[in-house]
Amino acid sequence: MPTNNPSRIAEILARHQQAILEDWLLAQLAAFSARHNLISEADLRRQSADFIGIFGTACQAGTLTDIATPAWQPVRDFLASISRSRASQGFSPSETATFVFSLKQPLFAHIRQELAANAESLADEMWTATVLIDKLGLYTTELFQTAREEVIKRQQMEMLELSTPVVKLWDGILAVPLIGTLDSARTQVVMESLLQSIVDTGSNIAIVDITGVPTVDTLIAQNLLKTAAAARLMGAQCIICGIRPQIAQTMVHLGVAFGEVVTRATLADALAFAFREIGCTVSRQAPRN
Amino acid sequence: MNPPRSETLPLRSDEDLVRVRQAVRAWMVEQNFNLVEQTKMVTAASELGRNALVYGGGGSARLESPVDGGHGGIRVTFEDHGPGIADIAQALSNGFSTGGGLGLGLGGAKRLVKDFEIFSEPGQGTRVIITIRK
Amino acid sequence: MERIPILLVGEFLLVSIQVDLHDRLALALQDDLTTEVVKVRAKGVLIDISSLEIVDSFIGRVLGNIAALTAMLGANAVVVGMRPAVAITIVELGLDLSCLRTAINVDQGMAMLRLLLRPVASQGSDESAEK
Ligand SMILES: Nc1ncnc2c1ncn2[C@@H]1O[C@H](COP(=O)(O)OP(=O)(O)OP(=O)(O)O)[C@@H](O)[C@H]1O
Ligand SMILES: [Mg+2]
Repeated sequence: MPTNNPSRIAEILARHQQAILEDWLLAQLAAFSARHNLISEADLRRQSADFIGIFGTACQAGTLTDIATPAWQPVRDFLASISRSRASQGFSPSETATFVFSLKQPLFAHIRQELAANAESLADEMWTATVLIDKLGLYTTELFQTAREEVIKRQQMEMLELSTPVVKLWDGILAVPLIGTLDSARTQVVMESLLQSIVDTGSNIAIVDITGVPTVDTLIAQNLLKTAAAARLMGAQCIICGIRPQIAQTMVHLGVAFGEVVTRATLADALAFAFREIGCTVSRQAPRN
Repeated sequence: MNPPRSETLPLRSDEDLVRVRQAVRAWMVEQNFNLVEQTKMVTAASELGRNALVYGGGGSARLESPVDGGHGGIRVTFEDHGPGIADIAQALSNGFSTGGGLGLGLGGAKRLVKDFEIFSEPGQGTRVIITIRK
Repeated sequence: MERIPILLVGEFLLVSIQVDLHDRLALALQDDLTTEVVKVRAKGVLIDISSLEIVDSFIGRVLGNIAALTAMLGANAVVVGMRPAVAITIVELGLDLSCLRTAINVDQGMAMLRLLLRPVASQGSDESAEK
């Protein structure tokens, strides 16, 4: 049972800091032998030395049974930054947790050595150390998962943006060729980036080409029409082209709610319409011969 | 991870309404909601705050985070002790207004922020709660 | 009370809303603009809302009123610079602002106002040419 005597872990840690650090590094290097490409030994050494320092200070200042107390704030912050950087470096959750868990062996070895003569206190301290390191390990894993989710979410957004290039066809005319399945999230990203491009380029015509979209359900048709309405509020005109007959039906039906929208069968038709709108004429030069 | 927070702002004047909008915006920015999410939440808050001001004779807006002990998110509760709404379904329908408005505020706020709850009793006042989750 | 400044540029009035628009201020702008249109016989009104972070039902209604009132007074109104997030929100809110004339930015708004005046002007010159 935890006694009221202050724990001796802090003192043991302080006295054997260097030795514990070396043993800990060896344990980590063994575990990460396959991961030299992800982190250099020098970085690992620096991180580990920093952590031992901060960890030792927290052990001296705070209670060892509650890592939520202010004394453990620096340790929590440190672990947060480690989890975040490892999540983005491509470490797995268990590899990240290993950073903390692999400290157990070296720490236990030195506790055992120090307290060999006092079985009862040895058991107490081992118990305290186990619980403490498990808590820190779990904390790291949780943080890692959150950080990883953020990375994935960001990558998804980036992919969405990449897969929907807004191109400038002519001075004042933008186009987005949509290819592949349109779900609600993707439609939203496309539309937001289209509207932003309208502002950035000062274009007043935007052509949305859905030739490459296999199916357009009512929800997507509705999103397209909402975008057209938003573009109009901003002072631009949206033309939707590449529309199959049955989708055209849906559009007309929904158009009642969102105001008229210009639709054309093909990109060429849409472009011809756009040219007329901005007062451009396209003419073929007389053949030379 | 973030400690729970709350802030209650009065709604007694046009300037108060601006302050509520600014507070909602600041909380949304802090939690990294994107521009469209921010704008929808602030606009909904503006509609509901104005209703509390105009029809409820003034009231308050309370901001809270996180919601249901989750990672984040923001909940705003608008409360007044005005006459209340007898027929909530009618008040929510587009175009219904007793104040010469467009009758868009309530229904529109619900479209902007899907997580929308309204409680009202005639003579007791009105409470509207909107929540956005992370 | 604080007021939103109105600039006279040629025959057009220019307003750029730079502050958080509270309801009384929006109504004051509506009054000031209509008064000013009459006073200087403006041919057009340009309202730049590129700094506005939201347009709710109240502000939307005021913008609509301004357009309708200036039209009655023989001037054109154009609203420019609405942000994408604001436009998306207005559509979701269900606010119908199709009565508004809009342009992407101040330059295009000014060009639009000038263009709107032209048919009248060219008609005038045609007539004088015929005489
Ligand atoms: N807090 C409230 N207390 C009492 N009645 C309310 C309250 N909020 C809304 N109502 C009633 O519900 C009606 C509809 O509200 P809603 O916000 O949708 O439209 P509005 O305020 O009349 O116009 P708009 O918001 O479009 O300018 C109001 O006209 C009013 O009768
Ligand atoms: Mg209202």
